[in-house]
Amino acid sequence: MNDILTIAGKSYHSRLLVGTGKYQDFAQTQAAIEASGAEIITIAIRRSNIGQNPNEPSLLEILPPSKYTLLPNTAGCYTAEDAVRTLRLARELLDGHSLVKLEVLGDPQSLYPNVIETLAAAKTLVAEGFQVMVYTSDDPIIARQLEDLGCVAIMPLASLIGSGMGILNPWNLQLIMERVQVPVIVDAGVGTASDAAIAMELGCAGVLMNTAIAAAAQPVLMAGAMKQAVEAGRSAYLAGRMPKKLYSASPSSPLAGIISSTRS
Amino acid sequence: MITVNINGESRQLPDALPVTTLIELLGLTGKRIALEFNGEILPRARYSSQLLSEGDKLEVVVAVGGG
Repeated sequence: MNDILTIAGKSYHSRLLVGTGKYQDFAQTQAAIEASGAEIITIAIRRSNIGQNPNEPSLLEILPPSKYTLLPNTAGCYTAEDAVRTLRLARELLDGHSLVKLEVLGDPQSLYPNVIETLAAAKTLVAEGFQVMVYTSDDPIIARQLEDLGCVAIMPLASLIGSGMGILNPWNLQLIMERVQVPVIVDAGVGTASDAAIAMELGCAGVLMNTAIAAAAQPVLMAGAMKQAVEAGRSAYLAGRMPKKLYSASPSSPLAGIISSTRS
Repeated sequence: MITVNINGESRQLPDALPVTTLIELLGLTGKRIALEFNGEILPRARYSSQLLSEGDKLEVVVAVGGG
């Protein structure tokens, strides 16, 4: 089946996007990402160590931009200004690469997005030629505004970042999908494979996750499970599920030709 | 000597040093980094011509794991 995800004009076969944080070491990061089959992977931009540890290995050596579409994020930014500065640095770091993940957080306890700062940052970034995939709340009005500003993917949370609480409000995700033309990708909240499948069955274009894989007891095994869940959920969505029919059970086997009952 | 701020830390450096030399001193030559110089991106092509002076503020960043 030729089912392609297109973001900002580029085609992807995998609908699972994964983060690269919270792994034990680079070997585990690499193995988990390989098992996930993801083509788009998020990275963070942080201050370099300045001479303390010159032989520290680099993330980009194990996850080369030639093999993956790297999606630099602004995790940890609480203002539009910091998010924009971070992504300008990312673009320089990655030789002009313009596809980015914008997230502007509201507070460190919930990591809930600050949509006012997010809108401001999106406006600036789009004007500067960035292709912005944006993490946001599951508010359909804000989602629409972010699309109107020119964002290339809308990425609502399903529940709080790192919570593993799953898809808490499928109705809002559906409201967003009804209003937005660009891909809607669930970002944050997925805890296990069934959550990813549910997001895909709802019709989401993809799922982005990090902690659900990295914090599993066996991350590489979970990465494979997520790959299968996203594929299964997508196929089920395309196949079109049967309607739910409470109180009108319908047997799967024919009613005709049943052998006669001995008790009558 | 001049004092510059690198990633939030003060550093004493010889006067009129180009950024390329600073990168060498920090052990970052050949590493994939990006640099913000007094609030603006400093493109790689300008590392050798940009001289540092008293009070300059630099941010040196790399890619790390993140979600």
